[in-house]
Order: sequence, then C-alpha cells, then structure tokens
Amino acid sequence: MEWETVIGLEIHAQLATRSKIFSGAPTAYGAPPNTQACAIDLGMPGVLPVLNEEAVRMAVKFGLAIGAKIAPRSVFARKNYFYPDLPKGYQISQYELPVVAQGRIEIELEDGGVKTIGITRAHLEEDAGKSLHEDFHGMTGIDLNRAGTPLLEIVSEPDMRSAREAVAYMKKIHSLVRYLEICDGNMQEGSFRCDANVSVRPRGQHEFGTRAELKNINSFRFVEKAIAYEVQRQIELIEGGGSVVQETRLYDADKDETRSMRSKEEAHDYRYFPDPDLLPLEIDAGIIETVRKTLPELPDEKKQRFIKDYALTPYEAGVLTSSRELAAYYEDVVRGAGGEPKLCANWVLGELLGALNKNNLDINASPVSPAQLAGMLRRIGDNTLSGKIAKQVFDAMWHGEGDADAVIAARGLKQVTDSGAIEKVIVEVIKKFPEQLAQYRGGQEKLFTFFVGQVMKASQGKANPAQVNALLKEKLR
Amino acid sequence: MALTPSDVKKIARLARLAVAGEDIPAYARNLSNIMGLVEQMNAVDTREVTPMAHPLELPARLRPDQISETNQRELFQSIAPKVEAGLYLVPKVIE
Amino acid sequence: MHTKTIAELSRALKQREFSSEELTRACLRRIEKHNPALNCYISVTGERALAQARAADASLAKNEGGALTGVPIAQKDIFCTKGVKTSCGSRMLDNFIAPYDATTVERFDAAGAVMLGKTNMDEFAMGSSNETSFYGAVKNPWDTAAVPGGSSGGSAAAVAARLAPAATGTDTGGSIRQPAALCNLTGLKPTYGRVSRYGMIAFASSLDQGGPMARTAEDCALLMQVMAGFDVRDSTSVDKPVPDYTATLNDSIKGLKIGLPREYFGAGLDGKVAQAIDAAVKEYEKLGAVVKEISLPNTSLAVPVYYVIAPAECSSNLSRFDGVRYGYRCKDPQDLLDLYERSRGEGFGAEVKRRIMVGAYVLSAGYYDAYYLKAQKLRRLISDDFKRALEQVDVIMGPTAPTVAFNLGEKTDDPVTMYLSDIYTIAVNLAGLPAISLPAGFVGQRPLGLQIIGNYFDEPRLLNVAHQYQKVTDWHTRTPKGFE
Repeated sequence: MEWETVIGLEIHAQLATRSKIFSGAPTAYGAPPNTQACAIDLGMPGVLPVLNEEAVRMAVKFGLAIGAKIAPRSVFARKNYFYPDLPKGYQISQYELPVVAQGRIEIELEDGGVKTIGITRAHLEEDAGKSLHEDFHGMTGIDLNRAGTPLLEIVSEPDMRSAREAVAYMKKIHSLVRYLEICDGNMQEGSFRCDANVSVRPRGQHEFGTRAELKNINSFRFVEKAIAYEVQRQIELIEGGGSVVQETRLYDADKDETRSMRSKEEAHDYRYFPDPDLLPLEIDAGIIETVRKTLPELPDEKKQRFIKDYALTPYEAGVLTSSRELAAYYEDVVRGAGGEPKLCANWVLGELLGALNKNNLDINASPVSPAQLAGMLRRIGDNTLSGKIAKQVFDAMWHGEGDADAVIAARGLKQVTDSGAIEKVIVEVIKKFPEQLAQYRGGQEKLFTFFVGQVMKASQGKANPAQVNALLKEKLR
Repeated sequence: MALTPSDVKKIARLARLAVAGEDIPAYARNLSNIMGLVEQMNAVDTREVTPMAHPLELPARLRPDQISETNQRELFQSIAPKVEAGLYLVPKVIE
Repeated sequence: MHTKTIAELSRALKQREFSSEELTRACLRRIEKHNPALNCYISVTGERALAQARAADASLAKNEGGALTGVPIAQKDIFCTKGVKTSCGSRMLDNFIAPYDATTVERFDAAGAVMLGKTNMDEFAMGSSNETSFYGAVKNPWDTAAVPGGSSGGSAAAVAARLAPAATGTDTGGSIRQPAALCNLTGLKPTYGRVSRYGMIAFASSLDQGGPMARTAEDCALLMQVMAGFDVRDSTSVDKPVPDYTATLNDSIKGLKIGLPREYFGAGLDGKVAQAIDAAVKEYEKLGAVVKEISLPNTSLAVPVYYVIAPAECSSNLSRFDGVRYGYRCKDPQDLLDLYERSRGEGFGAEVKRRIMVGAYVLSAGYYDAYYLKAQKLRRLISDDFKRALEQVDVIMGPTAPTVAFNLGEKTDDPVTMYLSDIYTIAVNLAGLPAISLPAGFVGQRPLGLQIIGNYFDEPRLLNVAHQYQKVTDWHTRTPKGFE
C-alpha cells in the first residue's frame, strides 16, 4: 500500500524579552541554577502574575507577519498538571482564546514549487523549569531559572506531507522570528523547540490516521530524522496488523528512535480554566498599528526585491535572505562596493559563507566586515586585484591583517598592468623554454596555457591575466 | 450526583492526594452531598447567559519589560525541604 | 488601655497618655493571659512588636506619624510576613517562614502600626467555624462553647476579647463578616480589587479580598485608609483614587434608600435574629432612612455556585503545595508520585482535601460545561440581581448569618450544613461588591450581625451608614464577660 504522511508542528519560541512573562526576573540564559527564579517564578504562596507588555507586542508582531487575526480579546488559562519543573502545579497559557489565529506562511519545495502552510494559532505562555537528571544520590535536581520565560507556541495546521516539508516550515518560522527580533532562535539553548504530530494514512484516504506526538526536538536535523523514524514505525506497525496509539513519544537522538513517554500519559486531564489572577488581554487597533510600524521587511518580500534589484537567481536570493543579518551584510557589501551585485553575491555566498561554515561562525561574528569585503571587491573592479589574488587577500583579512589595501601594500600583491614589465617577464620565460617554444610553433597550441602559467608564476601571480594572454600570443607567434 | 469510592480514588490521584482506604467511604459520602448541593444549579436555564469569569470586567493591565528582581536564592532555599548545589531535589524523575 | 478603640488609642498616643511600647506590652500581657483559653493567635511576635513600638514612639516623640502610628494590630496568618511563620492554618505551612511581605503587611508597617502576631484561621481560609485549623479550634469569647465563625475566627476572637485593638481578615465567602457578626465586631469586606491580594495566600482568586475587623466602623475606616489602594503587583488591583474614609462618617443618612431583599428573610433565618434585624432597620428609619422591599431572585443559587467556583480555583491555587520548594514534605518518599500524594495528603486537612477534590472534579474532562461554565453563567445572574437592586436603593440590608454562633463540633460532620451558614454572605463575593457587618444585638449571650451591602467602591457610604447606627446604639461597645 502507498502511505501518505501527515505532519503538524507545534513550535515553542522563547520571546526575547528582558524580564519574564509574569515577573520581573531576568531571562538571560546560563545563570547558576535558581538565581534567576524570583518568588513569582517559584510559585511562592500569595504571589501574583503581572503580564509583560513586550511579550504581548512580540506576539502581535508575529501575528501581523503571518497575516493572522489578532484577537481583540484573549484569555489566559491555567493548564493544571503536577511536575517538579512546574512550580505552581499549573502552567499559565492560552486555551480557548489565543492572541493570534489563522495565519499562513509559504515554504519552498524541493522541486522549486511553493506551498502554503496554515498556522492555526499562536499563543502566549510561560516556560517551565528544567529537570537535571544527573545523579544527585538517585534524585533529580530542579532548576527554575527558565520557569516563567515567555513562550510563543506556534501551532500549524496538519499541512505538511513529508519530513522535508516539516523542516522547511520549521526553518521558515525560525528565520521569521529572528527577522522580527522576537526570538534569538538559539536551538542549543532551547530558545526554539518543536513538537511534531505525526500520522500516516493510505494515500487517497480523507480521514487522518491516529497521531503520535514527538516531544522536544531541538535541531532541524533531528526533526527530519525523528519524523522519518516515526513514519516508518507507524507504517510497519499498521502493515504488521497493529494500530497506532495516540501518545506522546520522545525522540532519542543517540539511538535515532522514538519511544513512548508513559510518565506524561498517565493523567492527561489538564482541567483548563480561565486564570482568575489575570484579566482578559485586550488589544485595540491602536496597539496593532503601532506594532505594524515596527515590522521589518519580511524574508519573502526581501527575496523578491533581491531577485529584481540585484538580478540574482531565486536560489541566491533565498540563501542571502535566509537571515536578516546575512541580508543586511550582503546589502552593505553591495553599497560599499558601489555596484556589481552579482560579484558581491558570489563572494558572500562563496568565500565568506564557506569560511564561516568551516569555522562554525555566525554572520555576526564574521572577522571580515562588510566594509572590508566591499573594499576588496572595489580592488577587483579597478583591476588592482585578480580574482585569484583576491582570495589571498580575503584570507589575510579573515586572519586579521587589516583592510584589503593594507594587505595589498604589505604583501605587494598589486596587479601588474604595465605592459612593458609584463613583456619583460614574457621574454625571459620564452628564453627559458626553447624546447616548448619550438613545439608550440610546430603546432602544439595547447602549450599556450603552459606559457601563461609560467608567466603568472614568474610574476608571482600579479600580472594582469588578460594582458598576459594578449602579449603572450604576440610574442609566441 | 453520587460519587463512588472508585470516583474518589480517581479524583484523589488527579489532585495528588493520598487518602487512606478507610477514609474513602466518608469522602464519597461528603463529596456526593456537596455535588448534590451543586446540582441545584440545574434548576435554571442559562442558555442565553454570558459566563462571568471575574467580578472585575476590566482588561489586563500590563507591566513594562523591566528587570526588577534580584537573586535571593539563599533566602528562598533556606526554607526548602531538600536542596543541593542550588537545585531543589526530588525523587528521580523517569521520562 | 485595652478597652479603647483605635481612634481613641491614636489620640492617646499622640497626646502621650502612654507610649506605644507600654500599650504593646499591655496587649502582649493580655494575649499571654487569655490566648491559651481562646487559641486565637498562631504566632505572637513580641520582639518584632516591641521593636515596631519603639520605632513608633520615636516618630511620635517628633510629632510624626499618622493615625495608626504605634497602634497594635493582629494580622490574619494568611498574610505573608517576612521572617515570620505564615502558616495559613495548615500543617502544610507549619514550617513556612515567609521570605517576603504581603502588600497589606508592608502597608501597615509603613503606617507605623505594630503587629502583635498572626491569628488563627480555618485551614487555607476554608471554613465557617475556625474548626479546620491545624492549630485547633478557636473559642468564641462570648461563649467558649461556641465557634467564633470563620475563616477569620482568630482575628475575630482576638479583637472581641480585647487581645488586639483590631485585626485584618480575608473574605472569600463571608470570612470577615460572619466571624465579625458572631463575635460582635464590625468587619468590612471591600470591593474586589480595592485591597491588594499580593502576599495574601490565595484560596479562590476571583473571590478573595482582604479587609479590616475592628470594634467600630470608625476603626474600620482608619484601617481601610491603610489597606486600600492600587498595587502594581496585583493584576486585579484597581487603579482608582482612595477616598478619605473618615471624612464622610458623620454625613447625615436622611433619605438613605435601604433595600430589604425578601429572600434574606425567609425560611432558614432564625426568628430571634430576624427580630433583631427588624429592630435595627427601625433604628435606621428613625435616622431618616427609607426602607423598601426588594428581590434578589437568584439568592438560593449562590451557595451551589460558590461551591463550584471556589473549589475549582482552590484546587488549582493549592497545587503549588507539593513538598518541593517549601512547606511540608512527607518522610522518605519512594518516588515522585509518593512525594506528591503523601506530602499533600498529610499536609492538608480533611476540609481542604474535600474542596480540592470537588474542584478537580468539576474542572475535569467532560464536566467543565455542566459545572464550571454553568456556575459562571449563574454568577452573572446573581451579580445582575444586585445591579438591578442597587439601581433602586443605596444599600441592601439583612442578617449577616442565619443564626448566632453554633456550638463547637455541631456542624463538623456535615459540610453542607456548614456551607449553608454562609448563605447571606456568599453572593456578595460572587458579585465582587463591598459589604459590612456590624453588631446588632444578641440571642442569649451570643451576638449577631447586621449586613449592609453597597455598590462597587461605595465603602465610604457603608462606613458612614454603619457609623451613624453606632452613634445611636451601644451593641458594639459591649465586652464579653471575663474580658472587660
């Protein structure tokens, strides 16, 4: 039988506020345990939550960016369950009335097509703390620094049909929240996490199959692997005469498998009800317009503009706009280089991204600034540098040897364009290889490249290649 | 609405309350009486009524995104049942 | 000294008739003498009190300070007090030294008041007789065979027995007004949102409200002046100017329109209590008030609705007591579930467990609409009854409780009978309105209270109306035998 996969994602994006969603404790990552958990985060008796306005603005910003409806009135509810990293015994979340509903986003498919993924809702909630399972005499340690960090939970429609599509969607949301500067997107630190609802059905069947929820997947690669594993598991289960159970499963990256989380299954009765400590959140048109004015150019708009204004291919534009910082870097280079957008794109996508990837660096941490790269590209434009020598210059800039001009001067890399000087080199080379000269003149024309190489070598690569070609042709005749 | 001993056990588990076996019949009786009282609500037709979640019909007031709390771990953990290395300790959590 | 009201003490302290330290020592001596019989204090904070008294004396010596500077009060043990055990009447918090102050505590401290100690209460404020306290029942100073009412029974008994000039209480379904009535005190439950709930250990968040308990309306006005006001730490605190509560106490009440809800005078009301309330209303007519019969048709639904909403909220509010970060933890938990179940099973008393279970039940899958949502709808109807009535009249009057204080142990076996004793007070919390209870007579040696319900934020009028009655009656001046 042919099977179809159905996937919906729930993404948890930690909002980049300074303080927590309901308390004035800091949200910074990595502090010693429980030093950023105030009385409110600890669920002390008698404490009360007060909502952070910045978290609300960030949620609205996201809603506007995905063309969603911003609820004029939304309600915080309590989700009740007992877990040691949940200090109050309930999580403050939104249930029946979320702040953002009915948005959509476009993802690119491998065949170059575009698919729209529906976003059912996005709601505000508080993060839980962390359980540390290292051995404390057979006990678990609880760190509540993360408790109360604002989260935007972004729930998609079950619109994805493959693990690849799921990853493309997740990457798109990841890029968007970073564009909007509402989430740092750091997946190692758990700022951006994902649960996947996965089911399979015979192709052509209308009804969905029973789904399993895969919890806490913290990298793009694992999303793909976890879903792929789960799909295979479900198909084998059904084909073997069994049936899928609706349950929560945990992806184990070490073993590359998913397994049932019975601890979470046991009492799935969350007893949601409106939080009586918090009044309904009202968002009027004024607030929405204020937030709308802060919206940056969004990735899709930027990409189209890059294709149009810089004559880039959709692929080039797609990569360059995949993050707001990279796009800004590229545009700074174009501005600094005074044009040549294609050349700029080649260098950013080629040499620069290559070096960043190799060194596992983010664009913000690039040792070569946009101004430096632009300065170097100007020297290619005015024939001071050949493309080949430019690579040396880039390498030097990467290692902190200063601007292109400084590197050129210090290393004497200026391209030689004086034809007299080039001629002199050519004459010497020809003198050095009488045998090859005779063969060339005897009809072995492919030896021409041999002579070019020798001339370039003798000039330490600095001779202008076009001039070398022209003059060499003349002299060899 | 009469609650059976097995209902009581289920609710007690949901609410994480240990209830001694010999106390369960009394809880079942008392909870049934309370639910009997509650059932009086059914006398009124409320189809057209908007629920009232709160006596204040006001919108939420928001606070500025400012850090106002300092680290008081030592004070907070001085009243904790079991801590080590700044962590609250609980019996091993199995996932 | 102990016979004086707060208003009198305030004047005497300003005129240096005695110092705050002398006054505080006198109160502490009375507590030492009488508390063992009454059990109204859980903690007596003598040293803290004397330090505060000395600081107050220093201010008074410089002619500084306000109306409450140097005046001793007691705090209900539901208000977190930094460095002081805050038990909420529960074994769960028997070892809980609060790491911070409730806003109410902060405000009284800032006003220069002296905290004598923390008063006994029904466990987590759940009860109408003070018999659910982990620290044992409180006895009514008017008759030690009787309950003092609850949940603020310790506060009521302490003030009635002159072991504190005044005290704080909290009122979720009548917990200020009913013990005030049963102990011959004046107690005000403010409009929801008027007094900050920050640091007041939550029972039912949409119903809880702190307020003053004292001998007179004038004293309540002085205490309200400190307690009322906006608090940025409480999202349900209302940002509205605080009026001068004493300024209007002496206003004439000629022409005041009083509504008497017929539902508050029907079956279930003790005949002698009814007579006393009638007499009080007649007194108001003599003062020029106009009386009108009104109807609050959904009154009988208040108790059922309350016993859905309050337990639902409490079941969630009390989930934080899990033996992990503070409070009671069971011995040698086998695993996490055992830690939770035994810490909570052993830490909470029977009434608290009952209410948590009722709350978990009414919110559980499949029952939400039938119980919780239904109760929310009826809450609107009950609230609308008051809105309509208060368009016709200025205040609503009736009994605070259907009977005078019952005997200790009389209703402990049947929670529902106990719940019905709050029939006249509960609806006010559901609507979020302010209401005051004031002394209005006795049946035998047991006192009873007149309840006056006002419109939202109309506390000045309630205090004015109560004060005018107290100017022409002497119920509130009576002292229980043995505590003169």
